[in-house]
Amino acid sequence: MVEIIEQKERPASNYLRAVTAIAWKDLAAELRSRELLSAMLVFSLLVILIFYFALELDVKARNSITAGALWVTFAFAGTLGLNRSMAVEKDRGCLDGLLLAPVDRSAIFFGKAISNLIFMLIIEAIVLPVYSVMYNINLFNLGLIGVTLLGSVGYIAVGTLLAAMSVQTRTRDVLLPILLFPLVIPVLVAAVKASSGFLLGLDMSEILPWLNILIVYDLIFIAVAFMVFDYVVEE
Amino acid sequence: MSPQPRVLKIMNVLSAVLVLAAFLMAMFYAPLEKVMGEVQRVFYFHVATAWVGMLGFIAAAVVALIYLRTQDLKWDVIGLAAVEISLVFFLIAIVLGSIWARPAWGTWWTWEPRLTTAAILEMIYLAYLLLRQGIEDPDRRARFGAVYTLLGGLSVPLTFVSIRIFRTIHPVVIGGGGSEKMSMTGSMVATMLFSIAVFSLVFVTLFWHRIRLGLFADKVEALKLKVTQ
Repeated sequence: MVEIIEQKERPASNYLRAVTAIAWKDLAAELRSRELLSAMLVFSLLVILIFYFALELDVKARNSITAGALWVTFAFAGTLGLNRSMAVEKDRGCLDGLLLAPVDRSAIFFGKAISNLIFMLIIEAIVLPVYSVMYNINLFNLGLIGVTLLGSVGYIAVGTLLAAMSVQTRTRDVLLPILLFPLVIPVLVAAVKASSGFLLGLDMSEILPWLNILIVYDLIFIAVAFMVFDYVVEE
Repeated sequence: MSPQPRVLKIMNVLSAVLVLAAFLMAMFYAPLEKVMGEVQRVFYFHVATAWVGMLGFIAAAVVALIYLRTQDLKWDVIGLAAVEISLVFFLIAIVLGSIWARPAWGTWWTWEPRLTTAAILEMIYLAYLLLRQGIEDPDRRARFGAVYTLLGGLSVPLTFVSIRIFRTIHPVVIGGGGSEKMSMTGSMVATMLFSIAVFSLVFVTLFWHRIRLGLFADKVEALKLKVTQ
């Protein structure tokens, strides 16, 4: 009883606690099963291998294609993770349980988005060095890492929202990439151009417009997802 | 089923007559463009159909907002109508643009911002229709449809901007600047404006028909449910 009163007095911290609890639940479950991360990782490595044969990534082509190849890999692997993370909630009825919890529903969105973002960043943290070694190109670049972070945030914000929609349809997993890719084109264009800008050592004034688009996209879609998530999980 | 209102009947006839008039105007009234020749005449209908596509796109986004506020299924029918019309008219605009681009730019397709954005918009519409197909519950279908249209309405302008920056950093090899600054004579502008006005009327007429159709479909659905119960 005392606790409830306390929570009512501090709604902000209550909200934050709900968000971290949901994110933590996903991370703990993943730590035990490692289903999602291993699938995403193996898939990413396969995509990188396929790129080698499909595009004949010789030394000359590498410099111009690397950014594109990386972002295609992230985008494809990302849909695997997003699908899985929402399907788990839906299949075992966890989503209904979450919806019954006395917290604002957007807390569920942010919790899921944060855990999805962490999964995506873990995959990226593994793929970047592996790509560096396999193609003998130095990807350790602070700018590139920043772009990867910004791009992932926008991708995950829209992706989490759409995954919550697509698991509730008949076609499910098939639908997510179809819904997601046309909407994240600004992120992909901007992230690829900014990444290759940093890799080629272009002037900051040429990279800045892309960073601006990424930041604007991230802000708009985090705000919109926050506003419309209620409609997506409403029963 | 209620018969078509008189205004709608008049609009049917008027649309048909005026489209024919716009066609004749584009073919005979507008002067021959010296550089591009006869193929430039496709431009009038190209601009007008793209305009209708834009109208539908904006209408769909606004209606999505209204639906989410009111939760009235009538707005879902209207939103779907706007999307379908916009889908068809953007497709026509792209095809007409290709017909013009082949002789003017020397290629059927170029990754020009407007062209690319229109193509991505078509993809968003197709995704929207697939999304709707996968949901049986009408309330949920309407909600998801509205959310998706809204997301599309926000992302498409950003797509346009990003592709435009993409092009300014990289010089345009084919087409670009020169062909965009088409200097038009008075009668050309008149033909273009007339076409746009006519197609706006066509848009309203089709929109009305499609909304009526949607409402009828809902009614049939409700009657079927009544019979089976």
